[in-house]
Amino acid sequence: MTARLRKRRPVSTVAVFALLILFLVPFYLVLNNSFRTTELFVSSPFRLTGSLDPKNYVSAFQKMRFMNGLGNSFLITVCSVALIMVTASMSAHYLVRNRTRLSAGIFGLMVASMIVPFQAVMIPLAKIYGSLNLYNNPWTLMFFYMGFGQSFAIFIFHGFIKGIPFELEEAALIDGCGKLKNFFRIVLPNLKPVMVTVLILDVLWIWNDFLLPSMVLLSPELRTLPLSTYSFFTTYSVDYAPLMAGLVLTIIPVIVLYLLCQRQIIEGVVQGAIK
Amino acid sequence: MREKSPIKRAATFIAFNGLSLFAFFSVLIIPFIYGLILTFTDWNAISDTFRFIGFANYATVFSDKEFVRQFLITIRYVVISAVLCNLFAFTIAYFLTSGMRGQNLLRGGFFIPNLIGGIILGYIWKFIFANVLTQLGKGFGIAWLKTSFLTNPDRAVWAMIIVTVWQYAGYLMMIYIAGFVGIPRDVQEAADIDGAHGLRKLGSVTIPLMVPSFNICLFITLSRCFMAYDLNLALTNGAPYGSTQLAAMHVYQKAFMSKQFGVGQAEAIVLFIVVALISVTQVLLNKKREVEV
Repeated sequence: MTARLRKRRPVSTVAVFALLILFLVPFYLVLNNSFRTTELFVSSPFRLTGSLDPKNYVSAFQKMRFMNGLGNSFLITVCSVALIMVTASMSAHYLVRNRTRLSAGIFGLMVASMIVPFQAVMIPLAKIYGSLNLYNNPWTLMFFYMGFGQSFAIFIFHGFIKGIPFELEEAALIDGCGKLKNFFRIVLPNLKPVMVTVLILDVLWIWNDFLLPSMVLLSPELRTLPLSTYSFFTTYSVDYAPLMAGLVLTIIPVIVLYLLCQRQIIEGVVQGAIK
Repeated sequence: MREKSPIKRAATFIAFNGLSLFAFFSVLIIPFIYGLILTFTDWNAISDTFRFIGFANYATVFSDKEFVRQFLITIRYVVISAVLCNLFAFTIAYFLTSGMRGQNLLRGGFFIPNLIGGIILGYIWKFIFANVLTQLGKGFGIAWLKTSFLTNPDRAVWAMIIVTVWQYAGYLMMIYIAGFVGIPRDVQEAADIDGAHGLRKLGSVTIPLMVPSFNICLFITLSRCFMAYDLNLALTNGAPYGSTQLAAMHVYQKAFMSKQFGVGQAEAIVLFIVVALISVTQVLLNKKREVEV
């Protein structure tokens, strides 16, 4: 590393910066043209907008029912992620601290199940939950996320809890602390770093997910943001300018989150991939 | 922390694992097994009853020319995307760990597309391919840009590949950066003292030590691209003439548009087997080729 650190190469620095600008041009085009008209976009997409007319935003905001989508996305993401984190950390703790054949079997099944793609269970899910009349219900969707999120979250928690010394809990248990109390008072506070990893990965996954909610949430008023964007685009496909504004609106929440906790997000994503 | 009474032990087990296992089994395990059974039946959406028909659905899958064609298109898309994503990500990661000015800003910037869902990314690029690039082609007189990428079967696949590389490059870059940073300093210094520089050092020291990173990244790109759906739907929706309909979308269409659940599920199981084989190969390769430090 030292040898490479010593020589700074201005040429490659400029080249990489140029590449980044090229990389981010799509965002410039969408943002810029969200303030212009469809005609101007088609004739001169790169020319910088002269006004900051919010007309397209007003139109998009109403037509895609942005607040409705945002609220649904928020509720579903928060509840699903909370459910995954509590249940998976409890289960992982049990599996680490009770080294039985049953525990090993459950953990093995969880790890093996991680290779099952969603498409492999999509049709049976529709059949089972559709015939039970549980579709078109946000709670069903949260339950689905809870089920799909278990294996990965348990895998990550499992690896982390193994590294926590048991003496910490032993003292509390000897003092007569119940097992659940022990978990919530002693273990849970120690899981903070790994909680952040699971939180970030699951928030990004659920917030951006499309296929699963598109199957479960059928009524327009239940739509999450990706679903409202999709229906907005398929309904109003001719007038581009409001569509651009719609895209900007949908991207804003994620970008705000990224600006607020960029370090944790990158860390979390890398940790999740390497483990 | 073993309990004496079996009832108490069972109660503890349920308290800690009950909800987790209930959700896991009802959402993943039971539907998966049920799905396997479905592939051996002639069940469709219209009738409530079904008969067992053995491997007939699988025979239909492999004799369906449309599926085989789209499966081959998917493989082409997956392989090219995986190679380009990794080449691109590795190269940027190499430069962004060389002590470059503003490298944190650069890393953060390249990562942005990965934060956004496939539907949104697909729509952004739909505008670019259909309107912006054609406009550039006309303005600068570049013939091959004048018609949209999305109207030509061969180039539409390339449009998917371009967006895929754009979407995943920043993510893979972060993993490669972690790999570069993780190379022990003494090994680097030993290579420098022995006179290995530039490409020689990259080929003989850095790349062999980064085999684990390559494995992770290849696995991520292969399995994700194989299951690509959102981007496919928003960017091309299979057009023109189904030439960009990837396997995952084909399964969806078969099941929910043509209402052939048994055949659709059999196709889904075929895809699952392919992804499972990729994963197992990755794990085996990882064990075999990893260099001990």
